[in-house]
Order: sequence, then C-alpha cells, then structure tokens
Amino acid sequence: MALAGRTAMRWARLRSPCPAAAPPCLPPWLPAGPVACERLYSSRGKEKIDMSTYPVESIRNFSIIAHVDHGKSTLADRLLEITGTIAKTDRNKQVLDKLQVERERGITVKAQSASLFYNHEGVNYLLNLIDTPGHVDFSYEVSRSLSACQGVILVVDANEGIQAQTVANFYLAFEAQLAIIPVINKIDLKNADPERVEKQIEKLFDIPIDECVRISAKQGTNVEKVLQKVIEKIPPPQCTTADPLKALVFDSTFDHYRGVIANIALFGGEIEKGHKIVSAHTKKRYEVNEVGILTPNEQPTHKLYAGQVGYLIAGMKEVTEAQIGDTLFLYKQPVEPLPGFKSAKPMVFAGMYPVDQTEYNNLKSALERLTLNDSSVTVHRDSSLALGAGWRLGFLGLLHMDVFNQRLEQEYNMSVILTAPTVPYKAILSSAKLIKEYGKAEITIINPAQFPDKLSVSEYLEPTVLGTIVTPHEYIGKIIALCQDRRAVQKDMLYIDEHRVMLKYLLPLNEIVVDFYDALKSLSSGYASFDYEDAGYQAADLIKMDILLNGNPVEELATVIHNDKAYATGKFLCERLKDAIPRQLFEIAIQAAIGKKIIARETLKAYKKNVVAKCYGGDITRRMKLLKRQAEGKKLMRKIGNVEVPRDAFIRVLKRQTDK
Amino acid sequence: APCPQWPYCRKRCSYCSFNKYVVPAVDEAAVRACLVREARTLLRLSQVHSVTSVFFGGGTPSLATPRTIAAVLEAVAGAAHLPDGAEVTLEANPGSAGTPRLAGFRAAGVNRLSIGVQVRGAAPRPVPCSPPMPPAATVLPPQSLDDAELQLLGREHTAAEARAAVEAARRLFPGRTSLDLLFGLPGQSRGAWARGLEAALGLCDDHISLYQLTLERGTALAAKVWGGALPTPSQDLLADMYQAARTTLVAAGFRHYEVSNFARKGALSTHNLSYWRAEQYIGVGPGAHGRFVPRGEGSRSREARIQTLEPDAWMREVQSQGHGTRRRAVLSPLEQLEEVLALGLRTDEGVTQERWGHFSPHLSLEAAFGAPGEAAELQRQGWLVLDSRGLRCTWEGLAVLDSLLPDLLCQLQRR
Repeated sequence: MALAGRTAMRWARLRSPCPAAAPPCLPPWLPAGPVACERLYSSRGKEKIDMSTYPVESIRNFSIIAHVDHGKSTLADRLLEITGTIAKTDRNKQVLDKLQVERERGITVKAQSASLFYNHEGVNYLLNLIDTPGHVDFSYEVSRSLSACQGVILVVDANEGIQAQTVANFYLAFEAQLAIIPVINKIDLKNADPERVEKQIEKLFDIPIDECVRISAKQGTNVEKVLQKVIEKIPPPQCTTADPLKALVFDSTFDHYRGVIANIALFGGEIEKGHKIVSAHTKKRYEVNEVGILTPNEQPTHKLYAGQVGYLIAGMKEVTEAQIGDTLFLYKQPVEPLPGFKSAKPMVFAGMYPVDQTEYNNLKSALERLTLNDSSVTVHRDSSLALGAGWRLGFLGLLHMDVFNQRLEQEYNMSVILTAPTVPYKAILSSAKLIKEYGKAEITIINPAQFPDKLSVSEYLEPTVLGTIVTPHEYIGKIIALCQDRRAVQKDMLYIDEHRVMLKYLLPLNEIVVDFYDALKSLSSGYASFDYEDAGYQAADLIKMDILLNGNPVEELATVIHNDKAYATGKFLCERLKDAIPRQLFEIAIQAAIGKKIIARETLKAYKKNVVAKCYGGDITRRMKLLKRQAEGKKLMRKIGNVEVPRDAFIRVLKRQTDK
Repeated sequence: APCPQWPYCRKRCSYCSFNKYVVPAVDEAAVRACLVREARTLLRLSQVHSVTSVFFGGGTPSLATPRTIAAVLEAVAGAAHLPDGAEVTLEANPGSAGTPRLAGFRAAGVNRLSIGVQVRGAAPRPVPCSPPMPPAATVLPPQSLDDAELQLLGREHTAAEARAAVEAARRLFPGRTSLDLLFGLPGQSRGAWARGLEAALGLCDDHISLYQLTLERGTALAAKVWGGALPTPSQDLLADMYQAARTTLVAAGFRHYEVSNFARKGALSTHNLSYWRAEQYIGVGPGAHGRFVPRGEGSRSREARIQTLEPDAWMREVQSQGHGTRRRAVLSPLEQLEEVLALGLRTDEGVTQERWGHFSPHLSLEAAFGAPGEAAELQRQGWLVLDSRGLRCTWEGLAVLDSLLPDLLCQLQRR
C-alpha cells in the first residue's frame, strides 16, 4: 500500500474519538463543540485558515533533538495533545513517527512537522514543531530542519544521561546559534538521577543547571512548562512579509495523487495558490496549487506568511525537484538562495540483488517508489556474474542503509540480498594517460574492478569520520583497544561526570561500516553510545585483494582494503568460502592474493566418497527429485575455471555478517 | 516382482526412519487378507504373466506367520505364473528368526533370507514386484555382530543371537542367505569396522549388503548425534571404511555388483537387480512403492505408484476398493531415462546398451553421452566408461556416483 494511504488510515484511527475535553486553546479551524469532530478526519473540504492572524512576533519555530529512546517522540505526542492538535488518548504513541521502522526502532527517519496553537498569557501563539531525523546519518537533513528553527528542545534521559547523539545534536544546534532548552526526561523512572544529568549538561554544554526543565513526557509532568519556555526563550523568526518570497525546502514527501509535497519555512514574503515560483537549485518554474500547515496532516490555508512553516504543492513530479535545502522564490523576483544547500552525498555503498531474478522487476518498482520519498539514496544499475542483475545503492550512512532495507521488506514485502557495504575511496592519479582518460586527476573508486594500479597513482585516499563515544568508564580499556584495532586515532577524552567518559576518535569510515557499532555495544553490555560525522578524506595504504579458486580470480569477491587488514580479511574470506563451496571431485585451493602474492589459503579436499548407501525401489522418487534439483542447481552455478560455485556460496560470503 | 510389505515391528530401532508401526497386537488375519487382495488386484492390473521374484520387506516381515507368507505367495501364483525357481526373499530379524520359524517360512515358499544383524534393516521398502520377474523374499539384515553396536542401534537382539540366527538361516537356505551390515556408526573406528567385517566374513554366506549408516531426521540416533551426545564420523573416515570394505570383500571372492551389494558364486539378488535395471515391480502393502504399466486399464505408460502409508487406512482402502494406491504418476520418457541412468550406474554392469535401447529406441547411449560434454569429461577424468557394452562407473567413479549424476542428467536434459 502506498505510504500516503497508510498514513491517512492511521490518522483516521488515531483521531476518531472526539476529544473528551475541549483543549485549552482550540485550533482556529475547529469551532467549539463536538459538531466539528467529523471534520477532523479529513483535510479536504474544510474551511481554510487565515494565517494572517499569526504575525511573526507570535511565532516560534523549534525542533526537539535527543539521543535515540530518550523520549523525543513521546514529548512531541504530549505537546500535540496539550495544544489540542490531536485528541488526548492513550493511543498517541510516537504520533509523528509514521513509519513502522520508526516505531520499531524508536528512531525518526522521515521528519514530520506540526503546527501547534497555544494561548499563553492571553496571546495566541503559533508554535511550529519541526521534527528532525534523530541520527547523524541524516545530519544534513537535521541541519536543514534546524535552519528553519530559532531554537531547540534538547531532551536527555534522566537515567542514561548524555549520550553520543546528544553531543552531536547539541553541536549542530549550537553551531546554528539556536536557543537551547535543556529538558531532562523520564524523571518518573526509579533510577532517574536528574542532578547528575544537570551537572553533565553544565560541564559539557556550559548551560546553567537552573535552566534545565525536569519532566516526564510519559506522565505529562511539567510539559506545559516546556511550552512556556519555548515561548519565553526562543526568539520569533526575524523576517517580514514585506520582503520578496524566500522559502526553504526542509523536507519533501511524495503522494501518489498529488505529487511532491514540499515542507517549507518562509524566510520572507508570503505564498498562496496561483503564485508562480522558481527553484533556485533547478531553476524550474511551478505554479502553486495548494499551501497549508501541517497539523500534522496537511491542512490547507489561504496563504502562508513570513516566519511560518507549512507545505506546498506545486506540480512537482519527483522529490528530486524539491531537494532538501533548496530555496523557492517568486518568478521574476529572484532572491539570494539560503546558504548551506548541498546535494545528498552517499557515504556507504552496497549491492542489492533480488533473491530470485524473477523478482527483478518487482524489486525495481519497489526501489523506484521508495526512492520517490528518499532522494538521498543513489541508485545505479549493476550486475554480478554470481548474483545476477541488481543495483549499487549509495546511502548516507549505515543506519540509512538498514532503514531503507527494512522499509523495502516491511512496506513492499521485498526480500533482497544486500552485499557487505563498502565506502567510496579516492585515488590521485599520477599517470598522464589515466588523467587524460578520466579527465581529472582525482577519481572516486566505488567498484574494486576500477581500482587503478599503484604505479599510476600518487596517493590513495579513504573517507574518515569523527566518532563520538560516550561510555561508562569501566569499558574504556576495551573500547580503546577496539578503536586501535580499527585504525582509529584518539582526538579527545573527557570525563563528563565521575562515571562517564566521552571519547572522540578519527576513524576510517570503512572500519565502522560493517560491525563497529555491534562490537561496541557488545563489549560495553549495550551502555556505550556512538555517533559520527563526516571528517573528510585521508591518505591510506590501500590495496586490491583478489580471491582465487584454483588460481582463477573470482571477480565478485575482489575487495579494496587497507594493507594492514589484508591478511585478516583474506583469511576470513577464504575460510567462509571453504564452508560455502561444496566438495567436488578434485581438490580446490581457495586463496587470497595481492597482485601475485598469496596471503591466505584454504584447501577444500576432493570427495573421496559421495554415493547414497541404500537405493531400492521405495527410495527412487525422492532420490530422483533430489538429483534433479541438483542438476537444476548445476545450471545456476557459477563456473570459475573448473570449480563450480553455487550462488548461495557468494551470498554467504558477500552478505553482511549481521544477517548471518 | 511383487514386494509385499509387513509394516510392523516389535520395537523401534534408533536409526530407522522407515514406515513401520510398533503396535501391541496385530490383527494378522485382516492384514493377510488385505495383502492377498491387493497383490491380486495389482497383478491383474499389471497383466504380468510371469513373476521373477517376490521380496517380503517391512517393517519386520519375519514377525508375520509363515501362513501369511504362504497366502501371499499363493495369491501371486494365482494371479500370474510363479515359476519354481523364482527368488522369494524374506527380510528377517535375528530376534524373530529361530530355526522352527525359518523352517516354516521355507515351507511357505521362501527360498532366500536377508538378515539384518545390526539393524532391523529393511523397512518398508516398497515391495517390488516386477512382472517379468518373480517375487523374492530376503532375510532381514543382521548389521552388526557387536553387542555394544547393536545396543547403540537399538536392536533387540544380541550378537550371539545374530550369529545363531545366521547359522540357522544358512542351514535352511544354503547359498541364499544375505547379511546386512552397517558401518559409520558414531564412535566406530577403522579398526572396529575391519574386525566387524572379518567377523561377518567368517559367518556369512554368499551375499553381503553393507550400508553406511545414514542419519535420518526423526530418529533417536540422529537426535543424539545432532544434539552432540554422540560423535559424527568424518567424511574421510567414512570413505576409508567403504574403500576398506570393498577391497576386503573383493579379495574374499565377492563381486561388487552394486554400490552397497556384494555376492559370490552368482548369488546376486535377482529382486534388487530388478530395481537397478528399471524393470517393473509392484508394491503391495502400506507405504509400498511400485513401477509398472497398468495394462489392465489399457495404459501403455509406466507409472510411479505409492500405496497408502498408514496400515489401518490402507486396510480400509483395500477392503473397499481392492487396493490402497494413494498416488500414481505417469513417468515421462525423460523421467524414465533419468531413472534408468541413476539406478543403472549403481551396478557394476552399468546401463547396458540393451537396457538403454529398451527405454530409448531413438536416442542411443552414444548419441546421448558420446559427444563432447559432461560425460566425455567425466570419462576423461577416469570416473566413467562408455563402450560397446554400455555406460558404467569405474571402480573410483562408483564411490562418487552422486557427484557424477547431476552432470549426466544435465547433459541428458539438453538432448
């Protein structure tokens, strides 16, 4: 089912009973009294709201940022309830997290926003809650969402304290010069220790202890106070309707019936149906069909004014036409685009293949539909002799890849083979011939087959990240050992209180793409948290390693790795392959090689006996079935020299380990 | 060759996954009547004129009374010609094969015994019954002559009983007693197997079947091995045991005429050869398999047939419609050739030109396998031989036949 359709259904369910008590401040589209309840269920056919009654001074634009599971979504639910945006029921759980994967993992992937109406000391305020993805894989999206805000609520768990993601999120907000309201959540928990967390916040973020608000979002304790702080501490947006239209696209979704719905924040001017607008990035022209606010589903309005946040539908056919960070302006009234726009840059690549080639077209259409909503995934057709036709996908990070894969499975019922992730390496070419061929001296290597020889390269480069680890101090020893094993360089180490340490490491990205997070979690019994941000490229001693079967290279198993890791990786691949290839009539040498040098070897012995003992009349039918299946299997085997390798052997070797 | 099944056992052996039933009391008269009726129905359906062998399998057919065996044989003889010399084998369990009982079976018409020394042995193999072949009875396998091994296998007899049973059988069926042996038992060493084989050679008659123990899902033994309570013998150890046994038996004058079967003085099992030569056989009794052309219905096509598995249901079906055939499927010409190949190559004679020609009048063996392709490559590597006699495995090839067959089937399917 299309995402939009599902979402609408869930909303219908969530909102069906009429609110039992009238909210303190009714949203303007909701006349008092139960008669209006029906209208809640649909955004269509409603009277449009006049947004001009909310001047800039009464507007607050803010985000909630938090480490995973610290209660961001629960707080959002409460804010929506208190302001009467949604009915108060005990079913409001993670209302803004619409995707199944978001609810299961407790993360936000696709940001949802909501406009809240709140009366404070006699003034009607428009509070725009701009949700952000909770993970730095999506740090660009986060930064764009934050650029539509003037402040943030920084939520920290009263029990767990500051975690790696808290730190990363704080700095994003801090660098954007936003007002920060620290909120200590879950004070109702038995082990809550808000004093300790307040001290951490003071030490690490330099925020006075008395500015922290202690709440329990689950029980609603002190949540009103948070709203008051939002009004008091966060400044209204600095802009005016007198300026020409300047709208930031901070998110976009795709609706099968209406096309692209772009979430926008107005930094100047106003916008309404019929306006002709232009994208600063694509220079394409559109006519506005509809504008409105998100409550959190779409609620059409006559206009949107400077300082306000809402959505726009303007006949855009693909999400790539409404790229996050783009600026929209009125036709013939160009403005200086808002700073900070960049196209999504994939940092982790993986091959994706249908489990069964007959599923290729279904998977293709599922991919197309899913990428409609996620323009940050890059898709290139690829094929493998072993796995058939498929794609090479680029993701913003590991979580992004996991989430994408999970959404394919959950929303499109597709199961796929995902190969071990790789990162984009670079090479600085020294050979004039190659430079001419590529038209540039620096090339990016995604496929090991394109790895240029050392002789024509002056330097290889690998992507790095700056990782933040927050851990109880008893695990430091193990974590430092893990980081050293992953070629990491320590940049910082700071006790954030008596028990917790924050470590900063510069890590090669390829060292964390496969199992770093799992290793960290398991050696710290789940207590250490990890987050990372892009830290550019660094020189690296890279080599291409081939896997040979009886001397013949297996193209799909070639890998680019760091010299220090060649032996261990080669040995590991050979061992896995040995377990995955069935014995044959002759001995098979499985080798890892760098150039002509063999660095690891496993030997798969020949069959000495392979014949079923008993075969009489009764066994024949079953026996023939098995033989025929084996004969069919032969046809699908990949022949490397004289060695027959079943497809699932490649799958077992290439697949990510976590899927074992 | 009809293959009547007696599906009942006194106890469950730890390694056996055959269709067998351990029940407190068997209504033998009812089972007998049904075996007789089904044998009659199916023989008529096949329009077989002469039966070359009858094989009583199980279960443990030696638990049936000689009267039942006699009744089935009478029925066979009544529905088709059963020549005097036709092989009639009964599988026997040492625990149910005392001399008087064996004498009773001989009087009933059994002329060959297959004794499972270790193991219950033959479970309900489909009772093959092939038209141009007579029914045979075999003796149930002894399988081991070591008490500890017997206990491991859950056999109810001791080694001494097994010995006594074999000796009794040889006196009654001289030259026509077959011994079943198992190797590759958990924990069994090369030495222990060599000694077991020597002991078997000292005891045996002119036919030995030896089987690598196959762990079958759902058996107590498999559960123990897979659960880690018992060791798994390595592939190399099993291969060594097999090679040692082949060499020893051939040195003792046995012909290695099938993957797991050895005979001297021409004491080959006529009945089992009929399976490997893809002749016709009629399965009678619960869970029995058959391969024959139901000419009685006017059909010209060979069919694969299976009788209803569960004895009570099978009996009800026989009582109401004369037979308990649960499934029948026409075998396509290609499927028949695939069976000819997969079964024939298990024997030392292989697939003869004549046998192949019978099933494939238009595509000769040379045309199918002589051209460059998988068979030629396997021949070059020394696993196969294709000549004027036919297509067969070399000594080395026989031990790895299951690695050759998928290639040969691929080549055949392209034709």
